[in-house]
Amino acid sequence: MEEQKWDQSMGGFNAASRSQMAEAAAGGEESQRTLYPYVTGTSVIALKYKDGVIMACDTGASYGSTLRYKSVERIKAVGKHSLIGGSGEFSDFQEILRYLDELTLSDHMWDDGNSLGPKEIHSYLTRVMYNRRNKFDPLWNALILGGVKMGPKGAEKYLGMVNMIGTHFEENHIATGFGNHLAIPILRAEWREDMTFEEAVKLVEKCLLVLLYRDRSSINKFQVAKITTEGATIYPPYSLKTFWGFSHFENPAQGAVGSW
Amino acid sequence: MFRNQYDTDVTTWSPQGRLFQVEYAMEAVKQGSACVGLRSRTHAVLAAANKAASELSSHQRKVFRVAEHAGVALAGLTADGRVLSRFLRSECINHSFVYESPLPVSRLALRLADKAQVCTQRSWKRPYGVGLLVAGLDETGAHLYYNCPSGNYFEYQAFAIGSRSQAAKTFLERRFEKYNDYTPEQLVKDALSAIKETLQGEKLTSSNCTVAIVGRKDDGTMEPFETIDAKRIQEIIDSMEAAEEAPAEPSAMQQEEEGTDAAAPMDI
Repeated sequence: MEEQKWDQSMGGFNAASRSQMAEAAAGGEESQRTLYPYVTGTSVIALKYKDGVIMACDTGASYGSTLRYKSVERIKAVGKHSLIGGSGEFSDFQEILRYLDELTLSDHMWDDGNSLGPKEIHSYLTRVMYNRRNKFDPLWNALILGGVKMGPKGAEKYLGMVNMIGTHFEENHIATGFGNHLAIPILRAEWREDMTFEEAVKLVEKCLLVLLYRDRSSINKFQVAKITTEGATIYPPYSLKTFWGFSHFENPAQGAVGSW
Repeated sequence: MFRNQYDTDVTTWSPQGRLFQVEYAMEAVKQGSACVGLRSRTHAVLAAANKAASELSSHQRKVFRVAEHAGVALAGLTADGRVLSRFLRSECINHSFVYESPLPVSRLALRLADKAQVCTQRSWKRPYGVGLLVAGLDETGAHLYYNCPSGNYFEYQAFAIGSRSQAAKTFLERRFEKYNDYTPEQLVKDALSAIKETLQGEKLTSSNCTVAIVGRKDDGTMEPFETIDAKRIQEIIDSMEAAEEAPAEPSAMQQEEEGTDAAAPMDI
């Protein structure tokens, strides 16, 4: 059963790909590989706190420079112990959710007391992403995988990321896309071990606000999610207060001398 | 056992609904030298009686490490057992590669059982002639499974397979209810005692048995599957014998007298 799932996520042998291969063999080669992303989500940020992991992102998906979809949930719960957040091509993110669905379902059906933790899911995703990249048909995403699982030495928090070329690592705080440039410096300066939930949300909102101001593909509608030993909670979307009352924004053309 | 007209092919049923070839394969397990397995909540122990083809040769290897968290002891056609051990190792490694975590023991036992079942349903194959005691540790604790050539598998608190295993089973049946709370040392001693039962009078030494253990200590650290080295085994055997002899002393004289009239050792 698991081999079948593996095959599928590897772009396996089903009717569609057989016809592609036949076409390629016949010489009329049509490119069916991912070349560019179309509908994309922007940054996701996440950090470990006292009770587990907190993850946040906006709910927008852009179609090039158009802010096409404004109510997209880019963070989802996976199994009992994890959250996944994805930026990049949204259809690829949905495909990944489908693979994870099959994986967690068959794990659940075993009903043997064992369950896939965040480390296992992160490792699985890394294999999928890296293998797809090697076939020059990547899943165009940067994924953040966070979770908590009870281990022999107590609750073990986990936070990792994997991207479209298969680069993966674990850290105490992670961001994708623009978040790498705008949020990570803030997180590096202000993250501490064992923050409370309120402190963690404040820190996350600080980063989200900077991204809202500076990332043109972000929108003012955010979702925060947390995962603890009690399970996953994805909070309903809300917006942040912005301030535009800077003196330079009044009469912006003041210093611009034009010919008309 | 019996020659009859329904036992030529593994794919032929008998009118009573039996597959004789599969049953004959299970006989092969009974001919192999004994193995026992037992477990507590946190540790699992495997022990095997070493049999050498002749005095000149080394004994056959019956206990194999399959992964850091699991191992097997086998009885029957050891060549088949080697091949299956390789399969189990490969399954564990493949799982670790994708998921970076150990394959749960129940799922490992299932894959082995499914592989064995295939051989009972193909006319061009024969069943594996080896029974395996699969012992391992996963997040739900220590486990012991017995996989037989028929493709069936069961979980056990304690079990014995191979020749004269009934003596070991009888010993284990009297004591298994307490095993969940046994310390690893107590488990090893009981495993050695069970193997001793199968040796039928022959003296138990570290050269005619192999013992392996896997488990998780109280502080959460794992003790990977490892064969206990011969020196340590001999120390344990010696301490067991010392404990036995001490209370037996007062009646030693009586026993000696009875011994000369005793019948020949029982053939189990």
